[in-house]
Amino acid sequence: MNFRGVFIEILQVAALLGLGPLFIGWVRMLKCWSQGRSSAGLLQPYRDLAKLFSKDVVLAENASWIFRFTPYLVFVIAVLAGGIIPILSVDLPLAPTADVIVLVGLFAIARFFTALAGMDIGTAFGGMGSSREMTIASLAEPAMLMSIFTVSLANKSTSLAQIVQVICSGQSILRPSIAFAFLAFVFIALTETGRIPVDNPATHLELTMIHEAMILEYSGRHLALIEWAGMMKLFLFIMLGIASFAPWGIAETGNIAGVVQAFVYMILKLGIVGVGLILIETGLAKMRLFRLTEFLGAAFLLATLGMLSFYILE
Amino acid sequence: MIFSPIEVACASVVLLLLVVFVAAMLKGSQRLLIYAGSLLTSVSSLCVAAAGAMTVGSGMTERIVLMLGLPDLPFHLRLDPLAGFFLTVVGMLSFFVSVYSAGYLKGFLGHRSVTRLVVFYSLFIAGMFMVVLADDALIFLISWEVMAAASYFLVMFEDERQENRRAAFLYMVVAHVGAIAILLSFGVMAGLATGFTSFSGYTFDAMRQAKFPLEWATAAFLLSFFGFAAKAGVVPLHVWLPEAHPVAPSNVSALMSGVMLKTAIYGIVRITFDLLKVYPWWWGAIVLVFGLVSAVMGVLYALMQHDLKRLLAYHSVENIGIILIGIGLAMLFTSFNLPMLAALALIAGLYHTMNHAMFKGLLFMGAGAVLHATNERNMEEMGGLIHRMPWTAALFLVGCVSISALPPFNGFVSEWLTFQAFLLSPSLPSPVVKLLMPMGAALLALTGALAAACFVKAFGVTFLGHWRGHHNPHVHEADWFMRSGMIMAAMTCLLLGVFPTVVIDWMDVLSEQLVGSKLSTSAGVFGWMWLTPIAPERASYSGPVVFIGFILIFAAVYVVLHVKAGKISRGPIWDCGFEKINARMQYNATSFAMPIRRIFGFLFDVREQVGLSPQSAHPAFPKRLNYRLRVRDRFWGWIYKPIIETSFWVSRRIGNLQRGRIQVYLIYSFITILVLLVFVR
Repeated sequence: MNFRGVFIEILQVAALLGLGPLFIGWVRMLKCWSQGRSSAGLLQPYRDLAKLFSKDVVLAENASWIFRFTPYLVFVIAVLAGGIIPILSVDLPLAPTADVIVLVGLFAIARFFTALAGMDIGTAFGGMGSSREMTIASLAEPAMLMSIFTVSLANKSTSLAQIVQVICSGQSILRPSIAFAFLAFVFIALTETGRIPVDNPATHLELTMIHEAMILEYSGRHLALIEWAGMMKLFLFIMLGIASFAPWGIAETGNIAGVVQAFVYMILKLGIVGVGLILIETGLAKMRLFRLTEFLGAAFLLATLGMLSFYILE
Repeated sequence: MIFSPIEVACASVVLLLLVVFVAAMLKGSQRLLIYAGSLLTSVSSLCVAAAGAMTVGSGMTERIVLMLGLPDLPFHLRLDPLAGFFLTVVGMLSFFVSVYSAGYLKGFLGHRSVTRLVVFYSLFIAGMFMVVLADDALIFLISWEVMAAASYFLVMFEDERQENRRAAFLYMVVAHVGAIAILLSFGVMAGLATGFTSFSGYTFDAMRQAKFPLEWATAAFLLSFFGFAAKAGVVPLHVWLPEAHPVAPSNVSALMSGVMLKTAIYGIVRITFDLLKVYPWWWGAIVLVFGLVSAVMGVLYALMQHDLKRLLAYHSVENIGIILIGIGLAMLFTSFNLPMLAALALIAGLYHTMNHAMFKGLLFMGAGAVLHATNERNMEEMGGLIHRMPWTAALFLVGCVSISALPPFNGFVSEWLTFQAFLLSPSLPSPVVKLLMPMGAALLALTGALAAACFVKAFGVTFLGHWRGHHNPHVHEADWFMRSGMIMAAMTCLLLGVFPTVVIDWMDVLSEQLVGSKLSTSAGVFGWMWLTPIAPERASYSGPVVFIGFILIFAAVYVVLHVKAGKISRGPIWDCGFEKINARMQYNATSFAMPIRRIFGFLFDVREQVGLSPQSAHPAFPKRLNYRLRVRDRFWGWIYKPIIETSFWVSRRIGNLQRGRIQVYLIYSFITILVLLVFVR
């Protein structure tokens, strides 16, 4: 483990912590513009977080330790994932800790505890959110794994750093299976990060909310941690997508010039992804819960088709 | 070393048999009997586990021939690494459960005598040990039957309830249909081993050395797979499992689900990899397909349950499926002569065998503690137990996280290995298998995700929220015996998850002996930290780093936030400002699973009825709402009902022969003699 590796790890986690909220600010700004409203500015998510951190916590009288433990766990997992996914460079000392399957597992444990926290207080909303979240996850997670499997079959590795290196070195050709996998991944990323058409991050309307329903009872720094982790999760999913489908620009060694270049590339890609996200969000309406089966089923089917086409054609 | 492992194992089995006499002597003092029984069973289980672990560690094989049994057909015992591995699994869980039993059985004091329970409990464990140690068909089948019969009486323990008697009967029938198939399978192998000339083919050694023609080998394999599948609860032979496991006392359910099913896995591995050793590829495909179907159907059925122990029992069907996926893949890879990949898949399957024993044992012990405290198995009547049973809740949660395959616990490691095995399958030459593989990976992924949903439901409804029941019993925490049994199982779950490389290095000798290749688990300095089953650049996972990373970052965040923390105040539940919330408004097990029931409902026989009784004043404001839901196994109607009805029909027809008059019977005898005289001159 060298000093430079540790430095890049710290840089990545700092980028994750700092840019997660900024990206949300960018998305909200674009959304306001596209809907003809004036926006609160790029920095509004930071102000929201700062406000929440400064507030006192009010816990429900029957909240157990699971309720208090979950915000920290969710936050920790986001930070840990930030040290593993190659955001700036593939030369990460922590990269071999977890391959893509483990990453999916890490996100799953965060979701598991969030769903438990939703049931902890014993309100109907909490249980509703947990039930819906786990239903959606049980369809989305396999599709996610299948999509990622297709990528790792094509690149002969499940380790993200290795995938990035193989794609960047030009050994990988354009394959039909990757196109299927990419489409499925987009569907799943929208689902897992709670965006339209699956969940509306801006709503508190009882009958439609999913993720918000589970965290209704949170306040103060607990809520701040969950919100921040949610912002980081969106950022991480974009980074995961970039690393597995379009990693060009990620530094292959840990030298400073490469990392700076990778940073510029990352900002550019984030800007573009934000525009794409807003095009989807303004173009589509939120789906009814039971229409989601079709949406996620389509994702699952696409991913399985991708894997099948890999086995049969390649 | 004074005693060799096999001697230790045999002595422990004798010690277990001694419990029968101890029980007869101490019948008068039930409390003493419980302690003595638990002490003896736990000591002997621990010895057997140590003996097994040592055998696997040293990789040696020992045999003993006992001068018992039929004349000229002595019993052969053999302890090789495969047997040692299963002895370790069975012994460890039996040890945990025996410690737990010391507390659990005290719940029966004053209600009913536990003598029968103690006797059959130790016979049951002894039977499992002997099945694994057996090295000839005779002792194998005898032990197999001892195990089945003892567990039958254990399921029957609370026999005043009709559901228990029915479950035990069903269990007995399925167990015996399976045992007949196993017997026939051994018959085929033993006969062919000597060319049907002598009885000496009954030893496993003779079968190992024999060369079987393919069609006979296939017959033997299919028969034994059917027999063992019936014991393991593979779909569609699983129907007895969700009936028998919930009604047995919880310490017995833990053993039945945790390790008895594993003896069937042992049988499959022993017969395919050790005795038959010929593999057309479609054998592996059969095992794989049955594994996949069991995994998905098991978890979906589990999601529909609201009886905690029944839910866990269906999860055993699921996990047996996952184990069979690993074993099926190993068979496929072996038949295509890819020993390296076969080793990976086999280790994945066996690792999951051990994991499932630990977390399922833990979960059943936790469910037993809940049952002990609340006298309730129905989750719809529970809730909020985390406040009154903090230890049980935390330990049960460890089991839930492990079985849901979440890192850094143990269930994740074996699923991760199985996924890696799937991802290496493009190197297979057969196109049919290539089509099967993506489907398999997809179904396994679906299983894992559904299992997580199911355990959010199980834990959330049982331990979180408010108490849902009508009556409010005096709920008490489990005592220290029960707690320590569960703590040990939970620690094992964590250790198996955090240090997989150590465990895989230990059990690598199995894959070397059975499929002829080792896994290169670790590379470089601090090799034990990184699990890299094929090559470091192919895939890697580090349990220790994930675990330590969790703790370090967690501590850092906690400290940073608590330097200048605002205070925490407790207030009434907010619930969007809704005030009249009560415990019946919570989501319960049925409502939690409702979206999934709607999506996958076509797989079940679901009957749903909603009845409104309208108020006289206005029909828009109903007075009461009745909701009835019945979810049934489709296999019952498809397979079992026709068989049951046919057998009743045939029995009635045959029953007509019984006229109850001596003259008629004399005519029967006369006709029989005539027929014999004609044909057997």
